[in-house]
Amino acid sequence: MTVQGDGRLILFRDFTEPARGEIDAYESHGGYRAMRKAFGDMTPDQVLRELEASGLRGRGGAGFSMGKKASFLPHGEIEKYLCCNADESEPGAFKDRELISRNPHQLIEGMMIAAYAAGIRHAFVFIRGEYVEQADVLERAVEQAHAKGYAGDDILGSGFSCSLVVHRGAGAYICGEETALLDSLEGKRGNPRLRPPFPANQGLYQGPTLINNVETLSNVPHVVEHGADWFRSFGTEKSPGTKMVSVSGNVLRPGNFEVELGTPSRQIIFELAGGPPPERRIKCWFPGGSSSPVLTEEHLDLPYDFEHMAEAGSMLGSGSIIVVDDSVPIVSVALWVAKFYRHESCGKCVPCREGTNWTVNLLQRIDSGDATPMDLDVMESVQGNIIGNCLCLLGDSMAMPISSMIRHFRPEFEEHIAVRQQAAARVRDGTVAAPTGKEAGAGPDLVGVAAGDALVKQDPQAARSEDRQSPGHGGSA
Amino acid sequence: MSDVDANMKLDHLRGTPGSRTRLEAQVWSGARVEADPAAVPDPAVVDVPPQLRQAIEQQMAKYPDFHSAAIPALKLAQAEHGWLSPVAMVQVAAVMQVTPAYLESIASFYDMFELAPAGEHSIYVCTNISCSLCGARDLVEALSEATGAPLNGSSPDGLVHLRSFECLGACDIAPMASIDGHYRGPLDADDARTIAEHLRAGRPVQELLTEKSYEHRYSAEGRGAGQGPA
Repeated sequence: MTVQGDGRLILFRDFTEPARGEIDAYESHGGYRAMRKAFGDMTPDQVLRELEASGLRGRGGAGFSMGKKASFLPHGEIEKYLCCNADESEPGAFKDRELISRNPHQLIEGMMIAAYAAGIRHAFVFIRGEYVEQADVLERAVEQAHAKGYAGDDILGSGFSCSLVVHRGAGAYICGEETALLDSLEGKRGNPRLRPPFPANQGLYQGPTLINNVETLSNVPHVVEHGADWFRSFGTEKSPGTKMVSVSGNVLRPGNFEVELGTPSRQIIFELAGGPPPERRIKCWFPGGSSSPVLTEEHLDLPYDFEHMAEAGSMLGSGSIIVVDDSVPIVSVALWVAKFYRHESCGKCVPCREGTNWTVNLLQRIDSGDATPMDLDVMESVQGNIIGNCLCLLGDSMAMPISSMIRHFRPEFEEHIAVRQQAAARVRDGTVAAPTGKEAGAGPDLVGVAAGDALVKQDPQAARSEDRQSPGHGGSA
Repeated sequence: MSDVDANMKLDHLRGTPGSRTRLEAQVWSGARVEADPAAVPDPAVVDVPPQLRQAIEQQMAKYPDFHSAAIPALKLAQAEHGWLSPVAMVQVAAVMQVTPAYLESIASFYDMFELAPAGEHSIYVCTNISCSLCGARDLVEALSEATGAPLNGSSPDGLVHLRSFECLGACDIAPMASIDGHYRGPLDADDARTIAEHLRAGRPVQELLTEKSYEHRYSAEGRGAGQGPA
């Protein structure tokens, strides 16, 4: 039941059009028709009801009903805001990049319809700073939309006005978290806020704010144009529609694939993404980016949707599958994950700031031969003390996959500890010379560990930027 | 501060002992600023390049609250000065009428701001999980060797600033690098040498390895699903 080839693509429909970023090409493929329909024939409430009936769920990770979220915004003449979250920085996710660079007008149309439905007059796209080329494409598209009267004052002569501003971030994973995004957009450090109040009541500039992912908003024109029933004909009862799935890691054909929710995971990984390299097996896979608990080969036949991933103890998240093959030690995978979250922790909540640090330390002890099997229990308890104890989910995003790795691969962790202990002992005895650089431990397990650190140590400036990671400094290195 | 001290400080910042380049002048024109970080600078006494002032004011006009323009304004200043020198900070503070301390609090949070002098072209190599699975470490080493820049430092000629970066959202072209915002991948050691030569020759970055831009990949073309890269 893949979408490929049978003409049922929704978001990817016109992606082969060479000039698809241009407004004329978008219009010639039926673009902005949904907006005319919404603004001309429908009241804002009707649009809202249609979105709710479609069952469109947020595509940024949480999977909350988009229509419901929009209906939470208070009615009436107050300054309300729409923020499109294009701060895609979850490791493994690259779908928004493609949606923006291939079809920016689809997003703009979706945003304007959503703004109309919720009575919003100021819309922002918060795009991550690293997406320079994509932001250029989007800014150009926004200009074109303004020129043709699809955004700005008195849109399509309907009397409804909504400004649209592209805001470029400056590099911080945490700004993908919705309240940190709001702080960042207000010109502050991107620290998550305490909830309640939720952004729907008090968000950007203290006004009610609707925050949606790029993919969610890109679906809006299609729902409005073809109706909720049509949208429900894709996917499953509880997860209607299609999903952009980014597959990467140890697969032969990494890329973005649009599938119906409920497609077997095996089909996505093997048929669409080509599966792992020959002679290799899948050791584990992240079904929803690096923050989702890992699954193993036995889970490959599960349907890929919100419910089944949750039942298996993981989550669909942003729909980013990272495949890890059996040549990669699990300790390395854990270390890459932990280092990322240590770097990106904003430092506001202690369990996350300290927990990510200690997890990295413990994993490095394993690799340097200083760990004992008891360290695994310590590491698990650290994860347990992070989960649910912070303002946002960044700490949990490390704790969940790390816990799952220990759960699924405990024997391998223990073996790694024993092997490294023995190797370290031999070095101490003088039986063998201390390993250096690339030779340090065969295989890719030292990627970013021993050799990477050696590189860093040689360089005083790098050492300086490492210092900046000390508690209180969330961002830079 | 004597010249000897000055050079020592510079070397520490740059990570490349003994080098003397045009960066040096930048550092020292920057370091001599003495502004109170907690005071809003007097716009009458701070000299701001007119084009920078105009660009920042344009950004401020885009938002309901001008503070939202802080990040865009710092980016403009960084583009103007090459890094966020104290001079650059004071200039932004003077135009926006905020304190340098406030700007520093932002600049120190986000990865893309350079608080120390940086090479002219920035190369961000993604070293996150998907790229690491595909050989990002070798790419970092190859780029470091080809450009002469240490990891997270600048090359002695001041041309390249090499950084390892968290996920850049291009796992489909792993291992990849962003050269002045232009994504290229998958890259190998030969490509690293090509990049270094291209930058040394002073050719435009957008012309660099265009076949490695993801625009040219099948999967990215959307015909994709199931066909994969060429």
